[in-house]
Order: sequence, then structure tokens, then C-alpha cells
Amino acid sequence: MNIVVCIKQVPDTKGGVKFNPDGTLDRAAMLAIMNPDDKAGLEAALRIKDETGAKVTVLTMGLPKADAVLREAMAMGADEAVLVTDRVLGGADTWATSTTIAGALRNLEYDLIITGRQAIDGDTAQVGPQIAEHLGLPVISYAADIKVEGDSVVVKRQYEDRYHELKAKMPCLITALSELNVPRYMTPGGIFDACDKEVTVWGRADLKDVDDSDLGLKGSPTKIAKASDKVAKGAGEKVNLDPTESVNYLIGKFKEKHII
Amino acid sequence: MALEEYKGVFVFAQQVDNVLDGVAFELLGKGKDLAKDLGTDVTAVLIGSGVKDLADQLAEYGADRVIVVDDPELKEYRTEPYAHALASVINEYKPDIMLVGATAIGRDLGPTVSARVKTGLTADCTSLEIGDFPLVAAPGKEDEQKHNQLLMTRPAFGGNTIATIACPDNRPQMATVRPGVMQKIAPIAGAKANVVEFNPGFTPNNRYVEILNIVKAVKTTANIMEAKILVSGGRGVGSKENFKLLEDLAEVLGGTVSCSRAVVENGWQPVDLQVGQTGKTVRPQIYFAIGISGAIQHVAGMEDSDLIIAINKDEDAPIFDVADYGLVGDLNKIVPALTAALKAELGK
Repeated sequence: MNIVVCIKQVPDTKGGVKFNPDGTLDRAAMLAIMNPDDKAGLEAALRIKDETGAKVTVLTMGLPKADAVLREAMAMGADEAVLVTDRVLGGADTWATSTTIAGALRNLEYDLIITGRQAIDGDTAQVGPQIAEHLGLPVISYAADIKVEGDSVVVKRQYEDRYHELKAKMPCLITALSELNVPRYMTPGGIFDACDKEVTVWGRADLKDVDDSDLGLKGSPTKIAKASDKVAKGAGEKVNLDPTESVNYLIGKFKEKHII
Repeated sequence: MALEEYKGVFVFAQQVDNVLDGVAFELLGKGKDLAKDLGTDVTAVLIGSGVKDLADQLAEYGADRVIVVDDPELKEYRTEPYAHALASVINEYKPDIMLVGATAIGRDLGPTVSARVKTGLTADCTSLEIGDFPLVAAPGKEDEQKHNQLLMTRPAFGGNTIATIACPDNRPQMATVRPGVMQKIAPIAGAKANVVEFNPGFTPNNRYVEILNIVKAVKTTANIMEAKILVSGGRGVGSKENFKLLEDLAEVLGGTVSCSRAVVENGWQPVDLQVGQTGKTVRPQIYFAIGISGAIQHVAGMEDSDLIIAINKDEDAPIFDVADYGLVGDLNKIVPALTAALKAELGK
């Protein structure tokens, strides 16, 4: 069985952010991690590998430095890694990104493709389902549990107030929630191997069945009109008093505002 | 087909078990504003099985027309038959704008459909308006500036940034819209819409999945998005048991308890009560942030509350930057004292 896990290197959004003049993210300038939902997807793939001997390939589209998350994935146990990188692919929205990744996936054999539900930078949750659409695959989003049963997968698909237990024939695409599992650590042996292994690097020319008009910033139907750091809501009053005085202060304010 | 020929504001009227989701009414409310600015009307797209009777409710909340796609294959949500339904409606009726709620359904249906009809999709929008793109015409390129475009504003980067997005060269302009942000109108009793039935035909293919089982959560938790007063606790509360202090305060005020992501990850409260970027967006009249540090991802979910009160022992906690009133101190002492004082005041 072949599993391809699509992962993304993302800025750790607990820090600050920087922009290019055209409004797109200045990714080169920030501290980077493997996206949490993707890591859970990778862990799910590795558990299937543990049970069935499946082959796990990780794939990422990004800057050359995204090689780091591929190495981390191999150190966790992924067998092979592909980096899709090319200047013409930059500034892509989810249409162009999913087109690019689908173009890369067409070169690989897969029974199951796993992506994270959403990345902590774009926060759109769109790329996974759009890759499935480009490849004509069934898609199951928001997976809280994944089991392989013969030629099918059985997935717990999460909604706000319920879940569906779904069965889909492979090949298919699943988007993983970080709640799916607790990912394993890299092993020392794994790290050693990961340093030695080759990462396959693909550029635009390696993408199969894609048009230039659907790639990169120019190929993105959504365009950024304006982007900026959030302006902090104006701070109000702050008091540092003993508990009784603090409570009196607040009750006083409630009375002023006719709340009580 | 020329972009100008796409007309109308369309709204996906999400229903589950033949009950319309609140976000459908919110989208109709916003849709009416957009339609007014564009001089067009609002159409609700209702997809399901045996759902025609819901059309009247949609009319009462602002739909001028309801397109009903009714078929047994649509009884429960599954990506493929629903995507086929919505994409077929779009291809047949050619709307200028298509809005979908950013729910667990919408964030799966939206991207699938937008890719199928080959248009752009902007996710989790918190603000929508009609305007120009580019916002300011480049000198000498005024005739390239497009008017009457949908400008879609959304947070990204875990809430650290605000971006305004346009989709100038593709139609429809599609957006998923965060629940709890747009306002529904006061319903107009007896309003009727033009109801149109449309069925593109449903033939199962490789993309159809099988539903083996449906398990509903036992409804023990309140809907925090409807609460007027929220008493919210974070990691600082310390334990599941200590949430009793917050429950007591909520009870005196007639409010509801909610929490931060850290609390859910520690297993102290269920995920339905989580406020924040990956939780729910709330805008109550009063929001108590107790033992919550105020990380951007949490603030993104509650900063539009009318009044924010923070209680935290760390005077440098970022929550104090968004609070209207901040009390620096030990919540274990302040909260019970506050509850007692309010009981006394309200008992008067």
C-alpha cells in the first residue's frame, strides 16, 4: 500500500509576521515548524505503516528551506520525500497551490493521500479538498480517526455536534485533524537516516497536466487587496488591588454602565 | 461568458436533519446588504431530501428566491452529491456572488465546489462589502480598476493579520463566512419567496462515500454562541474542579461558562465550549476572561464582545490589552468575592 502525506512548513504563528510589498507573506523571514494538522496526518500514515508495512512518502510545496520538514518526517519514519519548489510557483492561493500539488501527485503511486485539515498560516482548510477535486478522488475532511479495511478506509468524520462513520474505496484523500493522535518523536536512528536520505526535488517542469495560467501569483483567482498586522483593540483600565477592592471597583463600573 | 452576465447574491442554506442552521439566516442578512449595493436580489440554495417546507423560513429571513435541490441522495451531508448539487446550480443560474457558512460542512463543500466551477474561494470571512479592486487605482491605470467587486476580509496567521481579498477575474465570487459574525434580519412573518425546484440528477460514482453510522453528541453543553454573558476560563483556572468558581459566577449572572483551547486540551471542558481561532467566535454583551493569557488565537474568537473583563495574576498578560476592565490578582480570591458581591447587589 502507498500513502502520500502532504505536509507544509509554516511560520510558528505564536510569533510575529512579515509581509512583502505585494501583500503576500514574507515566509523567508520567519521561524518554521511542520504544520500541526499535517503532523497528525503523518502520524496516522506511520501507524498504518506499522501495522501493514505500507510505504509512506511525504511531499511538500515550498521554499528550498522546506527540506527541513521533509527531513523531520523521514526521521519520524517516512520512507521517501519530495520537495516541489520553483520561483514561478510562489504567491499561490489555494487554487494554484492545489493545482501544483495535484500536478506533482500525478507522478506518484498512491492508494491514500493524507493532508492536514488546515495550515496555521493560511487557515483556509481548502487545499486538501481542492487537491481531491483536481484528481477526481473521494474526499473525507475533518478525520478524527482512520482505519484501513481491505481496499477501503473507514473514517470518523467530525462535525460540530456529531460524527459520521464513513467508508470510502481507495484511492481517496483524507484531511486530518490535529486531535487525531499524538505524533511520535523522531528517533535517533531516524534522524541519522534522514540526514543520509535523498529528497527528490521537482520544479514546474515536473508537474503533470497543469497549465502555467493556473500557477503561482498570476494563476491565483483570489487576489490580495490589502494585508496588515492586526491593530490591537485599545486597552482599557487595569487595576492591581486586593481582592475586595478589585471587586468593589468592578461592581462600581457595572453600576456606572447600568449593568446592575 | 462575460463576467458582467453573472448576477445575483446566492447563499447556501445549510440544513441538517431538516433544521436550518443559524448561519443560513446570517448569510441571508448580509446577502441582503450586498444585493442592495449591487441592485440585485438574494437567492437561497436549499439542498436536502424532503426540505421544500423550509423555503418559507428562508423567505422570512430575506430570501427573494429559493432554489430547492431535493433528492434522496441528499438526505445526509456527503461531499460528492452536495458538491454536484451546488456546482450544478452555479453553472445553471450563474450567480455573481456565492456565500457558504464556514462550518464543518461549508469548509468541505466550499473548496470542492469552487475548484469544480474553477473560481476563487476566500475562507472564514468576517467582513464582506462591495467596492473597487484595486482599492486605489494605480496612476494612469484608472480604467483597469474594477467596480462593484466583492471585498472579502478575513483573519489569517492564527489571527495575527487581517487581509482583504478580491476575485476580480472569475465568477462567482465565493466566500465561506464565519458563523456568529454576520447579523440576521428581524424575520418578516408571512414573507414568501419565489420557489424554484432544480434537480441535476444524481448518479453515484467513485466519489460517493458510504455512511456506516451517525453518532450525535449528547446535548449536555450550552450553545456559547447564543449566550449574552460568557464566563470564560483558561489554563490559570488550574483544574476541572476549579471551574466551579466560574460556574457559580455564571449562575448569578445568568451566563454560560466557556473556555480557551488549553482547557479543552487538558480535558477540563468539552470542545463545544472552546472560544478562539479553531473554536467558536462569540460576541456576547459581557465576556469574562479568567485565567486566560490572551493569546492572539483566543482573542480572535472574542474581541468583538461588547464588554471584556479580564482577571489574571500576571499583569503583563496580553489579555489586558483587549480588556475594558482588567483586574490583576488571584482569580481564586477575586471570583468568589465577585460572585458574593453580585449576589448581594442583585438580591436587592
